[in-house]
Amino acid sequence: MLKIDNLQARVAEKQILNGINLEVKAGEVHAIMGPNGSGKSTLASVLSGREDYEVTGGTVSFQGKDLLAMAPEERAREGVFMAFQYPVEIPGVSTINFMKTALNQIREHRGQGALDAVSFLHLMKEKMKLVEIDQSLLNRSLNEGFSGGEKKRNEIFQMAMLEPRLAILDETDSGLDIDALRIVSNGVNKLRSKNNAVIVVTHYQRLLDYIVPDFVHVLYKGRIVKSGTKDLALELEAKGYDWIKNEMAQV
Amino acid sequence: METLVDFFRNIDFPTNKTEEYRFTPVMRVLQKAFPNGFTAGSTKEISPEEYLIPGLDCTVIAVIDGLYKSAAEPNPSNDPFDKLNASLSNGVLEIKATDGKPVLLLNINTGSTNIHNRYSIKVEKDSSISVIERTINLSSSPVFQTVSHEISVLENARLEYFKIQDAPNVIEVCNTSIVQKDNSHVNTFTLLTDGTLVRNNLTIDIDGERCESHFHGLSLLNGETIGDHHTVVDHRKPNSFSNELYKGVMDDRSKGVFNGKIYVRPHAQKTNAFQSNRNILLSEQATINTKPQLEIWADDVKCSHGCTTGQLDDEAMFYLQSRGISKNDARAMLLYAFAMQTTELITIEPLKAYIDRLISARLYAQ
Repeated sequence: MLKIDNLQARVAEKQILNGINLEVKAGEVHAIMGPNGSGKSTLASVLSGREDYEVTGGTVSFQGKDLLAMAPEERAREGVFMAFQYPVEIPGVSTINFMKTALNQIREHRGQGALDAVSFLHLMKEKMKLVEIDQSLLNRSLNEGFSGGEKKRNEIFQMAMLEPRLAILDETDSGLDIDALRIVSNGVNKLRSKNNAVIVVTHYQRLLDYIVPDFVHVLYKGRIVKSGTKDLALELEAKGYDWIKNEMAQV
Repeated sequence: METLVDFFRNIDFPTNKTEEYRFTPVMRVLQKAFPNGFTAGSTKEISPEEYLIPGLDCTVIAVIDGLYKSAAEPNPSNDPFDKLNASLSNGVLEIKATDGKPVLLLNINTGSTNIHNRYSIKVEKDSSISVIERTINLSSSPVFQTVSHEISVLENARLEYFKIQDAPNVIEVCNTSIVQKDNSHVNTFTLLTDGTLVRNNLTIDIDGERCESHFHGLSLLNGETIGDHHTVVDHRKPNSFSNELYKGVMDDRSKGVFNGKIYVRPHAQKTNAFQSNRNILLSEQATINTKPQLEIWADDVKCSHGCTTGQLDDEAMFYLQSRGISKNDARAMLLYAFAMQTTELITIEPLKAYIDRLISARLYAQ
C-alpha cells in the first residue's frame, strides 16, 4: 500500500530525514517510535503534504501512485488520513459543515454521489458512537475551545467518517488522560480492517498497549535504525532511548 | 462636447492632495472612464420585478436612470460629491414606510452615464423602518453615480439600513447622513463586492441620549476595484452606545480604504463607542489603507478601536485541505467564517438568506 524509499527531507534549511525506508501493507499497523527530534513528526508531515517541508530525495508511492506529487487534498481523496498532534481551531466553521464538505469531495473523487442530508446525519450518528463524541461538540466551531482530549477524539471521528486506506496518527496520545486514551484507541481499533493500514507515531509505549502494532520501528537522526515486533516497544520502554543512542554511537 | 473639467467647474473637486480622498482618486478614475466627458447614453425599458429579493414581502421603489421629480430642497454636507449631488439630482425623494413592510430601494441604470439620486428618510417618533438599497447597472459601459441620503431618526424610532453594492462598472460616491434623537436605534450594514470605484461616506450624528447604533460593513474586493468606507460617528449627547465593525477581503489588485472617525463631544459623558476594522489580503498586489481616528473631549467614556490586516491562516488551510477539501473551497470556507459576523445585524430572514447567497457565490467563485 505504502512504500517509502530512501526519503530525505528538510525544513527551513535543516536536514531532518536522512533516508527512510518503510513498506506498509494493507491490514498492518506500524508504530514509529524515537526520541524527541528524531524526525517522527517530520515524517508524518511529509506524508500528509505539509508545504514547509521540502523533500530533498527519495520516493513515496501510495497504492502505486506518486504520493509526493499530490496536493494535500489529493492525498486525502486517495485515502491518506492524518490525525494531527495539534489539531487547529477554526472559528466560524462548524465541524458538521466541514465534514460534509470533506466527505462529499472525497466521495466525488471516488465516483460516488454526494450524500443527502439524511444519510449524512445517519452516518454521523453511527460514527459519533464509535468515538463517544457528543453532537453538541460537533455543532460548535471546529475544535474551538475543545479540550486536548476532545480535539483528539474529533480527529478519530473524522477518520471514522472519511474511512481512509492509510491513517497516520501523529502523537495522538499526547495530552490524553487514560480515559481519553482508551476511547481514542478503541475508535482506532474498531476501524482496523484487512483493507486499511495504520501508522502510529508515538514517543511512548503506552499507546501501543491499546493499539497493538504488527511492527515497531525506531527512528533516530532521520533514519530507521531498528525494526521489530511489539516486543521492541517494550524493550525500549524498559531500556529507554539512551539504549538506542549508545548503540548507534558504537557503530 | 462638455469635458469633465467643465462638468465639475462649480465643484471643489478633490485632488490627490485632498486628505479625505487621498487613497481614492475619483477624478483620475472618471477621466479614464470618460475621456470625452459624459455622453448622452441610451436608456431602455426594464422590469424591476427581476430584482426583487425572493420571499421578501416589501415595498419596492425603483428609481430608473435618476428620473424622478421632487420639489423638496436638498441640504447637502461639505463633501464635494454631496454638493454635486444636490445640484444635479431632481430634488430629494422622500422614502416612507406606511405599512411596516421593508422598503426595497433600487437605483437602476439602464444606460445613462451619470446619475444622481437624492433621498430623505424621516423615521418619525416611535416608528421603525427597514430600507434595503441596491444599485443595478444594466449597462456594460461605465456609469458615474452619486447617491445621497438625508436621514433623521427621531425619538424612540428605529432604522435598519442595508446597502448592497455589487454592480459592475460603477464609479460611485455615496453620502449618507444620519441624525439620531433620544432613545433611537440604528443598524446599518453595507455589502460591497463590485464596482470600479465606490466611496461611502457614512456620517452619524448621535444627537440624542440613550441611543444605540451598530454599523457593519463587508467588502469583498477583487479585480481592480477601489472600495472606500469613510465613517464618522459623532457622539454629541451623553449615555449612548455605538459599535462599528467593518471587515474587508482584498484580492487581485483591489484597493480597500477604511477611515473611521469617532468624536465624543465634551457633553457626551458615559458614551460607549467601539470600532473594529479587520482585513485579509489575498494577493501581493492588493492593498488596504486603514485609519482609525478617535477624538474624545469627554472624560467619563469607554472607547476602543482596533484594526488588523493579515493573510489567511496557513495552518487552517492545510487542515481543511488535508481532509480532502480543495484549496479554493478551503479558502472560501475560511473567508466565509471571517465574513459572517458582519451580517449578524440582519434579522429579516429572506434578506439574510439572500445576502448569504451573494457572499457564498462570490467566495466560492473565486
